[in-house]
Order: sequence, then C-alpha cells, then structure tokens
Amino acid sequence: MNLGISATEFVSQVREGAISVEEFVAKTLERIEKVDGKIHAFITVDSQNALEKAKAIDKKIKSKEKTGICFGMPVSIKDNICTAGLKTTCASKMLENFVAPYDATVTSRLKSEDAIIIGKVNLDEFAMGSTTEHSNFGPTRNPWNTDYVPGGSSGGSGASVAALECLASLGSDTGGSVRSPASFCSVVGLKPTYGMISRYGLVSYANSIEQIGPIAKTVEDVAFLLNIISGHDVHDNTTAKNQNIDYVKDLKSGISGKKIGIISQMTGDGVDKEVASATNTAISKLQDLGAQCVSISLDAVEHSIAAYYTIAAAEASSNLSRYDNLRYGFDFGTEGYEFKAFISKARSNFGPEVIRRMLLGAFVLSAGYYGKYYLKAQKVRAMIKAQLDEAFKKVDYLISPTMPILPFKVGEKIDDPLKLYLTDINTVTANLSGIPAISVPFAMSSSGLPIGIQLFADSFKEKELLQAAYSLQETTNLPEMTL
Amino acid sequence: MTRIGLEIHCQLTKLASKLFCSCKAEYRNTTPNSNICPVCVGIPGSLPLLNKKAVEKAAMISLALGCTIPEKIGFFRKNYFYPDLPKNFQITQYNAYGPTSIGSDGKIEIEGKTIRIRRIQLEEDPGRLVYEGTSEKTMITLVDYNRAGTPLVEIVTEPDFETPKQVRVFLNVLADLVENIGVADPYLEGAMRVDGNISEGDGNRVEIKNVGSFRDVEKALHFEITRQQSLVERGITVLAETRHWDEARRITVSSRSKEDEQDYRYLPEADIPIVLIGNNSVEQIKTQMPESIVARRERYIKKYGMPAQVADVLSSDRFYSDLFDKSHNEKNAKEVSNIITTDLMGVADTREKKLELKITPKHVSELADAIMENKLTRNSGKSALHEMVKSGKSLADVMTSLDLGHVSDAGSIEKIIDEVFKEEEKAVAEAKQNPDTINYLVGKVMRKTKGKADPTTTLEILRKKLAG
Repeated sequence: MNLGISATEFVSQVREGAISVEEFVAKTLERIEKVDGKIHAFITVDSQNALEKAKAIDKKIKSKEKTGICFGMPVSIKDNICTAGLKTTCASKMLENFVAPYDATVTSRLKSEDAIIIGKVNLDEFAMGSTTEHSNFGPTRNPWNTDYVPGGSSGGSGASVAALECLASLGSDTGGSVRSPASFCSVVGLKPTYGMISRYGLVSYANSIEQIGPIAKTVEDVAFLLNIISGHDVHDNTTAKNQNIDYVKDLKSGISGKKIGIISQMTGDGVDKEVASATNTAISKLQDLGAQCVSISLDAVEHSIAAYYTIAAAEASSNLSRYDNLRYGFDFGTEGYEFKAFISKARSNFGPEVIRRMLLGAFVLSAGYYGKYYLKAQKVRAMIKAQLDEAFKKVDYLISPTMPILPFKVGEKIDDPLKLYLTDINTVTANLSGIPAISVPFAMSSSGLPIGIQLFADSFKEKELLQAAYSLQETTNLPEMTL
Repeated sequence: MTRIGLEIHCQLTKLASKLFCSCKAEYRNTTPNSNICPVCVGIPGSLPLLNKKAVEKAAMISLALGCTIPEKIGFFRKNYFYPDLPKNFQITQYNAYGPTSIGSDGKIEIEGKTIRIRRIQLEEDPGRLVYEGTSEKTMITLVDYNRAGTPLVEIVTEPDFETPKQVRVFLNVLADLVENIGVADPYLEGAMRVDGNISEGDGNRVEIKNVGSFRDVEKALHFEITRQQSLVERGITVLAETRHWDEARRITVSSRSKEDEQDYRYLPEADIPIVLIGNNSVEQIKTQMPESIVARRERYIKKYGMPAQVADVLSSDRFYSDLFDKSHNEKNAKEVSNIITTDLMGVADTREKKLELKITPKHVSELADAIMENKLTRNSGKSALHEMVKSGKSLADVMTSLDLGHVSDAGSIEKIIDEVFKEEEKAVAEAKQNPDTINYLVGKVMRKTKGKADPTTTLEILRKKLAG
C-alpha cells in the first residue's frame, strides 16, 4: 500500500474499492509509530479511535450508506485547534492537560464529511515562531533532513504531511505559519482570505490577522479541503457570508493571458541565491504557460515586519491573558498564594518566546505608547492594503519565494529572535492585508532542501489563486519522500 | 462649589441573552456557575458573538438621553487581571480614538437644570466574587460566572450636579426611563450601580465606588462632601483617590488600591466587526421606541385634563401607566387615574408587590364604572379593590362576597336611621341644637351599613328627621 498518494487519489481509490479505509489507517498508524520518533510531528495520536472510525466507514461504504466525501481520510490537526475529547495543548505547559469541551468549526466540518482525526500535531508554543522549536514538548524536525527545522509555526502539520503520516493537515497562519512549513517541507499550504474560514475553536494568538489553512501534498487536495472547511459560520462574526464556491471545479483552467506581478521587495537583496534562481525559473515557466510577468514595487512591505510584530504582539498580550490557571491549566501547589502571586507563579510557565511577545505587546499598548507604536503599525497595515489594492488593479497575481532562505538547522537561529523574525518578510504581507496566499513546492536545493514559491491573489479570489498554483505545480517534478 | 459627576452601570436585564453568547441575561436565582458556556467563561478558542438586540436597546437609551449615535460603533478590550473576569479583559467601548461608543454628547433636564451626558457605552458585566465573611478578612473567595457577559450600558455624565439631591432626582428619572423603554428592571438587586466623582472648588477628584442603593448614593455623597469641605477648611489637600462606601459604618473609606494607576492597555476587539448603524437604522429604532415619559405626561394632561401632579406620578411609572392605558375609556379616564394613583399605588409600591397584583385592566375599568354609576361608594370601592388585588375575583363576585352593594333606597336607610335614633338619644338631642354635629350620626349609619349607605340620601333623611 502506497501511503504517498494524495488525498484526492485516496478518495477515488476508496470509492472504487481498491483500498479499505481500515487498512490505510492502520498502515498510517504504523508509519507514525515508525518515523515519528525522528520527526516528532505529533503531540497526540488517537490510534484506537481512528481505527474504530475507519472500520465504521468501511461498513458504511459496504452497505452503500451515505458516506462523507472524505471517506475516512486520515488528517492531522494543529494542536491549537480544538477537538472535543482530545487534548489541545498549544504546545504549552499552560494547556498541557486542556481538553476542549467542543469541536472547532473546522474540526466538526471535517468530521461530518467522514475525515478521521488521526492526531494533534506540534507547533511553536501558541503558534509563536517560525521553526517549531519553541514547543514545550520539544522541536519537530524536517522529514527531508532531520537535522533541519520544518518551518513553523505549523511545523507538525507540514512535517506530518511530508512524512506520509497523514494525507492532509490543518494549520493556522498568523504571519506565515502555514506557508513557512509548507515551503520547508515541500508540501502545499494555503493562507485563505481573512474571514473565509471560521476561527471558532482556533486558540487566538493574533486574532485580527490569523486564519486556519489547509496543508496537503497537492493543490487539488488543498482545494478539496477548502470546499469543506470554508464558509460562513454562525459561531464567528468575522466570517464572510455568501461563499458558495466550488474550488475543485475548473482547477485546471490554466493561467494563459493572466498578469503576474513580481514583488521587487521580496525577490531582491537578502534572498538566498538558490531560492532566487528557483523563483526566476518559476516565473519563466509561468510565462511559458502564457502568463505575463511584470515587476511591481510595494514599498510599504519594507515596514511589514515591524508592523506585523507590533500588532501580533499587542493582540497576543491580550489574547493570552486568560491563561491564569484559575479555570483550567496544570497542577501546582496553590496553597498560600494571594491572587496576584498566584497569577504570576502560574504565568511564569509560559515559554520564553511567548513571554517576549506578551511583554512587547503590553508595552506597545501601554499609555503613551499606543499612538507611537500600535497606531503606527495599523497605518502601515492600511498602507500595505492600499498598495495591494492598486497592484491588483494592474495584475491578477503576485509572486515571490515563500521563504527568502533555505531551511536551516535546528538550534541554528533560535538564540537570535530578530534574525528569525526577519525570515517572515515574504509571508506577513498577506496576513496584514487579509489577502490569500499559497506556497507551492517548486524545487530542491543542491543540498536536497525544499524551496517553495508563493502566489498571492486579491481577497476572496481563492478560486483563481488555486488555478495559478495548480498550473505552477504541473511544471514541477519533485522527488518522493524516502524517509 | 461642589461638582459631582456620575458613572452609572445599568444592566439590560430584559434581554433574553447575554451580550456575546446565548446564556440567559437574567442570572439571578441560578445555581452558581450553571448559567455559563465556553464564550462567557473564555474557554480557549471561543469567540464573542454580538447580541444585536443589545445594540438596539442601548441605542434606545442613548436616544432617550439625547445622545448622538455614530455611523459605526466598535468594541475595545479593557485589559486587567481579576478573578471575576474570565478572559482577563472586559469587552467594552472606548472613545479615545474617535467616538465609537453607542452614544455620546447627550443631555437631560432635571428640575430645570441641564445634565450633560458624556457618553454611553455597551459592555459586558464580569462575574461575581462571593466572600466567606467580609472582603477584608476572608480566607476564601468564590467565583460565580453566571453574571459574566451580562449586557450593560455604562452612562457617564459630565460633573454637572451640585447637590446630592439633584443626583437622586436624576437617578430616579433615569431608572423610570430605562424601565419605560423596557430594557431593564432598575430595581433588581445590582441591576443599576452608581459610582460618583466629587470635587470641591479646584480640589482633586475623588471617586466613590461600591454604593449599593440610590438612597445610599445620596448619603455617600453627603458624607464625602462634608469630609472634603472640612479638609478644605483646615487647609488640608484632598487626595485624588478612590474611596469605597462602607454601608455598615455609613462613611467612605480610602480603598488603598492602585486602581488609579492601572493602565488598561485598550485594544480594538477584532473578533467583533465594526457595526454599521447609520441614519436609517437610527430612524427605525426611533419608531420602535415606546412613548417617552414626557410625551405620555403631556397626553394625560391634554387629553384627560389630569392634574399635572397626577399625570407626573402616573406617566413615570411604566407598570401603572400601562395599566391606565389598557383600562380606561373616554368616560371613566379620570376615575381610573384616581383609582390607580390614590388607591392602587398605595397598595403596591415595590416591584415585588406589583408582580403579586392579581388585578387586570378589566377590574379597574369595571370598578371605575361602578363608582361613577353610584353602584358603589368610594369607600366600598377601596375595599373591593383590595380584595380584587388579592384574589383576582371579578368585581361582581367581590361585591357579593363582601356584601358591598350600595344602599340608596330611602326606605332602608330610614329604618336604619330610626335604629340609630333609638340608640343615640343624646347625640340626636345635641344635633337638634347644633347641626354641625350631624356627621357623628352619619358615621353611625355608615357603620351599621358597612359604608354602603349613600351619603347624600342619608344626610337628607337625617336633616328631615331632625327638623321634624
């Protein structure tokens, strides 16, 4: 049995009766057992429940009962998305025993289409990071070379899909957290338009900019998942209404005659040589398919990292203040503490990166600094949006490398937060402006490390974005996972 | 000169659900921590869902207080750590970066004085801390989140009050007003909470918190004014601080907390999109608003010729004015208003008593008609009313069971007068000498007939007999 098939192929093979769900899920669990010790993508594996579900779905198929369109597809879910009955730890000591009393909307939508939640996957604590090293449960490693980071913060999602430990995964993207691991692990990752997917059940980090996004092996798979998880939700006031679009249909429409803008601020200085050359190849391949590529300058992008970290930290400081260990959390001797001492004792168990961002956030929101930092960051955000609106009057898509650099070694940059923050330069723009962006695996470096290409489209133009991503995917010929 | 400003927290108790979830807004008399859900206790991943009805009701209060309603309203997070606050921030409104709260710049006339309203904001109530013993000495503090997320409006006035009495009048008017709009029952425990800011001359501002009732607000203000004036007289500077009202000792006490130094790090609440209100919606809300107390008072005076005082009393009480509007007709309006304002209001003056009343508009209307048609004396009417209020029985039943029929035929009354004459020879003789003492005899007749004898007929026959 080939665990390397795509989610879409899995669905058709199960439908045709070529494979049984139980067998596939059992093999997947064996695979996790075998390789996850090296990768550490999973925080929780739900083996027994997965097998029981698989059996039940096989039975439904046999008796010709109506079956959900996932047909028992094993998926992993980032451990900051709530799953009733399974722990949702956010890779934090603060929530190490937290079991949500409800399913996130995306979780319940997947379940109702008969997807099987095979487990919960690792992340930087509360999704703060871009390497998955900041996890209270230890780092996740890149399946293409386990000395290297898988990207982050949805490193567990990217790695679990790349390592064939599941067919697809859901991550969350606050500043590139779906696209970074997609790029570093050579899988497809989409950050949808803000408001397209319900955030109900996603543990908030920076709630004005983050979205849940699918990670899978192919663009078709991502479109398939988007059909299931997108759309208005009564539990989330920020979801958009009237989204009845089939993203799978017309996926192969091509990009002939479309205009693509090459963002000069994301393709110039600071981009690794091999990454830059892969980007140029991607551009010429798209031109070969009939697209017209032009250079475009978005100078507000130069301030995007500063604006992003200001806004994200400000929101984080507020979103994370509820973790005071009063209503849920972990055990410690509470005897003898007065309220404030109790809270500071409990909250000293956050990891250093989370504490750094909460402090930064509290500072930029404090009296006298709000206008100087937070409001200024909001102005940059508005400027970026305005420049993008202008750009999309001229072009249909924008292009850049997803990450300006190749994956680096575990431990290499963790002591230099500022350097790490700067690696988000190409991804944060989509979050600040709300527009959709996708990372498509495009090449391998000479050292065998993945390179991803990022495509952007205007808000709610996911259908067109996926068409372009599909076209780009069809030009590639990438190696198979050998781990 | 004394300057007093108020901050009034008024819960929207008449709404079905909380401000951001579907738990009940009325949390009273529920088992602790049973009226809660993932949203109102801030379980990770939960999101607030704005109750649109609360926005409408808050807009009505804003309009009633003459406030401007902006095109768009938004919500902010007020960040501070406290155990009654499950998210460690409160979702509220904030105008420092432009007016986005539901109302601002209003005014209301109180006894000829204009009180300016600075702003009205819609926000969630925190949970409740329950102390074992007093808050100073307790070893155990319990938290009940049933109240967390209850919708309330905070009304902030400019420091336009000069006396505690003006404050009390204002609070009574405000309570009547929110009750009239049908958004709140201000007399429920904790439904309307008042903080006051007081300063003398150019002195520092002192905030008074924790005042439980309207009556105590007046007392706390009196105490605080006296305290500040005596400090000023002795040349001592009044400290800018927060003081708590100590209900037991009837004094204000420095709270020694660092509340004034708190930095709330306000931040826009991105989980609740900006709400577009616009002129159309405001006009629509206006059409849905009940008749204002002022308009109703005018109607009562103009249409029914009610004395101003009666119209005042009746129009400012939603319960009784509704009863009046439902029970009166063109002919008996005056009698109905009399029954309500002189008799019924005396019987039931509190919320609890009003709720217990078993009287219907039909009762009141029939009673008024019976009195006007001389079937009942006013005295008997009062007895009938008391009985109907208690039992809910019809007027006819009550009249039979209490034997309240009006005795007006001369024959029956004459018989009774003959009896009285036999029993009261001395009084009769006196009345013959001095006609002013005749009332004593009328009283005797009334007692014998349990108030049913028609007073006019009785007097006529008595006079005739005394003369003859």
